[in-house]
Amino acid sequence: MSGPETTGRKQIHLAAQLPGIHNVTVWSDPRSRSQIAFESFRHLARTAERGRFDFFFLAEGLRLREHKGQLYDLDVVGRPENLTQLSALAAVTTRLGLAATVNATFNEPYEVARRLATLDHLSGGRAAWNVVTSFDAFTGENFRRGGFLAESDRYARAAEFLATARELWDSWAEGDVRADAAAGAFVRPGAGRFAHHGEHFAVSGRFTTPRPPQGHPVVIQAGESGPGREFAAAEADVVFSKYNRLDQARAFYRDVKSRLARYGRTPDQLKILPTATVVVADSDAEAAAYADEITRAQVSPQTAIAHLEAVWGRDLSGYDPDGPLPDIDPAPDAQMLKGHSLFRRDRDEIARGWRALAEERQLSIRDLVIEVSGGQTFVGAPGTVADAIDHFVQTGGADGFVLVPHLTPGGLDDFVDRVVPLLQEKGVFRRDYTGPTLRDHLGLRHEPAPAPVPKETP
Amino acid sequence: MTAPPLHLAVALDAAGWHPAAWRAEDARPADLFRAEYWADLVTEAERGLLDFVTFEDALGVQSAAFHRPDDRVDQVRGSLDAVLLAARVAPLTTHIGLVPTANLTHTEPFHVSTGLATLDYASTGRAGLRPQIASRAADADHFGRRTTPRLTDEDVRDPERIGRRLSPLFDEAADAVEVVRRLWDSWEDDAEIRDAATGRFIDRDKIHHIDFEGEHFSVRGPAIIPRPPQGQPPVMSLAHASVPYEFAARAADAVWITPHDRAGAEAVLAQVDTAVRRTGRDTRARPLLRFAEVLVFLDAEPGAAARRKARLDDLDGAPLASDAEVFTGTPGELADLLLDWREAGLDGFRLRPGALPHDLVGITRGLVPELQRRGAFRTAYDATTLRGHLRLPRPGSRYARAS
Repeated sequence: MSGPETTGRKQIHLAAQLPGIHNVTVWSDPRSRSQIAFESFRHLARTAERGRFDFFFLAEGLRLREHKGQLYDLDVVGRPENLTQLSALAAVTTRLGLAATVNATFNEPYEVARRLATLDHLSGGRAAWNVVTSFDAFTGENFRRGGFLAESDRYARAAEFLATARELWDSWAEGDVRADAAAGAFVRPGAGRFAHHGEHFAVSGRFTTPRPPQGHPVVIQAGESGPGREFAAAEADVVFSKYNRLDQARAFYRDVKSRLARYGRTPDQLKILPTATVVVADSDAEAAAYADEITRAQVSPQTAIAHLEAVWGRDLSGYDPDGPLPDIDPAPDAQMLKGHSLFRRDRDEIARGWRALAEERQLSIRDLVIEVSGGQTFVGAPGTVADAIDHFVQTGGADGFVLVPHLTPGGLDDFVDRVVPLLQEKGVFRRDYTGPTLRDHLGLRHEPAPAPVPKETP
Repeated sequence: MTAPPLHLAVALDAAGWHPAAWRAEDARPADLFRAEYWADLVTEAERGLLDFVTFEDALGVQSAAFHRPDDRVDQVRGSLDAVLLAARVAPLTTHIGLVPTANLTHTEPFHVSTGLATLDYASTGRAGLRPQIASRAADADHFGRRTTPRLTDEDVRDPERIGRRLSPLFDEAADAVEVVRRLWDSWEDDAEIRDAATGRFIDRDKIHHIDFEGEHFSVRGPAIIPRPPQGQPPVMSLAHASVPYEFAARAADAVWITPHDRAGAEAVLAQVDTAVRRTGRDTRARPLLRFAEVLVFLDAEPGAAARRKARLDDLDGAPLASDAEVFTGTPGELADLLLDWREAGLDGFRLRPGALPHDLVGITRGLVPELQRRGAFRTAYDATTLRGHLRLPRPGSRYARAS
């Protein structure tokens, strides 16, 4: 039997994300179920595992978004705490990686390292951590420290946060848990002892949690800026990217991979995964029509106005979403949308661009917002989608994708049932898992343990 | 008239509450950090129809000393995060309540609230919270943000002294529980409306900022997760002295106490009553359940449990020391004790198995049938939520406007 892995073609990595906020989720669809019930998460995670995906990813929420001083009410809102949820999902899956965003600003290294080590133990080596930081005082209002960071400090703090977490994971060596009943030796002396004194953190003591099965949980990073790319090249196992157009994606891919050598790493030690959507139907034409329908559901008339208001910084509720863009200029310094990463900068420039595009193409407000929302990434019959994904990866655009379904919980079913088998036939996607851990799925080595030398008691 | 059935819980901790329990014949010391071990224990507890299991936790490594670390290597050292542990077993069980310990001194109440609400969803209404303060000053060094009171050898001889010394932490923890609870209430039950006509997913008038301002921290809210299935997962705290009794009276739905006989139970419950009066709590509107703790070694054959404990004592090099009464005997003898103590005014018991799984099985397959024969324990679950088992009504959100 000729195994698909013998074709020598690059293997694709796939992950799935349950979208929390933003207007990706079409909650008005009759097939849309709860965004919070465990059953929805179980369905999506099991579908991803049936499709032999590398991992299931949950983003983090720390404050509800606000628009014009009130809670933003047009999109799906409300989501679980992701590490707790992933621990529950570990009970209903056996191989699927379980990845969570955990903010390094509103947490401390000790508790994050402990919770991730716990998830890695309880899942048998399937945990991953998307490291992010916040510089957002709005979010800070929910936390004791309340504090936030100068933006320039973000990566410095993140890097030290991550380094401290790794020191904690390394504080227990492999085999420090002896559990030798006859000898009466449960642990090796000094297991868990640590001390870190740096610019952002000064911590010491004994870490409570033995070394995780993967050595270190997989580290994910998402950042397009120069410092973000450098941080990824130095520290991350996986990079999330927003570049899902092939030309931009190739440039990003080349740039990030070229930075790895500086840190003594090879290109295959960092997987680059853009987020993408998939619309699959019986024929290309049907898929195109369905993609159109989805996009129009994602950008309701109210959503179109809200997006415009976020850029213009003004109340535009008097404008007709099917009419032309306002001819007034954006308000200077007005912040209409809080807790949202979109439209944070360069709003004047965005507004100029949008107006020019609308005038040139004679677009209404809603059509314009639909146009700039970017549409769906892969659209077509199953064969078309499989070819496009394969082409994207084989031509240096990505190592794979994080798929974001527009429906909860059934949004991955078609892809897994109809596209995954085609990728497997092409020999570019695994037919079964080859190892138990997420590092195995990603082709990453397990982090070697430090030597188990007994440590002196201070 | 018969007394209402007892509430019965089991406190799970590592290989059991005896420090040498991991060396017992049927212990599974190599599995303590594996999910399967915990799934087996909780499934066994559910087979016994228990109200809930608790998961011990601390932010520091275990120690034989109450107030500072030690360097012993012959006892279990190392632990997993209890909230994640409870979540890991939630989908594998259907009825039993799951009550993890969460620290409120060094962690964020926002995270604790969200984590417990998530557990309540993952278990469809079976989550409870056991809030804990960081009594060991060394734990503060793990965070490097603050210091906490350092207990002396003199302090730890007297629970009242410990309570007084740590009272600022209890005050802070009471604020933290208040924040946790307000966040649970911050979404009214029907805040998600999915109104396609107006394009609104939520009714924002039914989601509220909590605007908590306390001495130690402020939290604006609202929660990022809708109101949990139980509305308010039950909060339960362990207490040994007046300061923690007052904490329970302010913050908890159930208090766990550690008397050593029936008279001691009566005395402690009188102190709890005093604390309730001092805080002005109306227990008819907000019941405070009272559980006593007993550390148990159970064997069917008379004398076997005591011999088993003696052997573990030998292995550990000292007789077992505990804040709670240590019982050795048969299921029938333990049933006698529990039913006698109950007369002091207890609602139930949180039993600490001396060794796992041995003494858990002794509870589920020895004690439970014995209590059932005496009409003192349920013969089937008649509810699916922890509040249901505890006969606590589901409260409405404090923010819901009276209609």
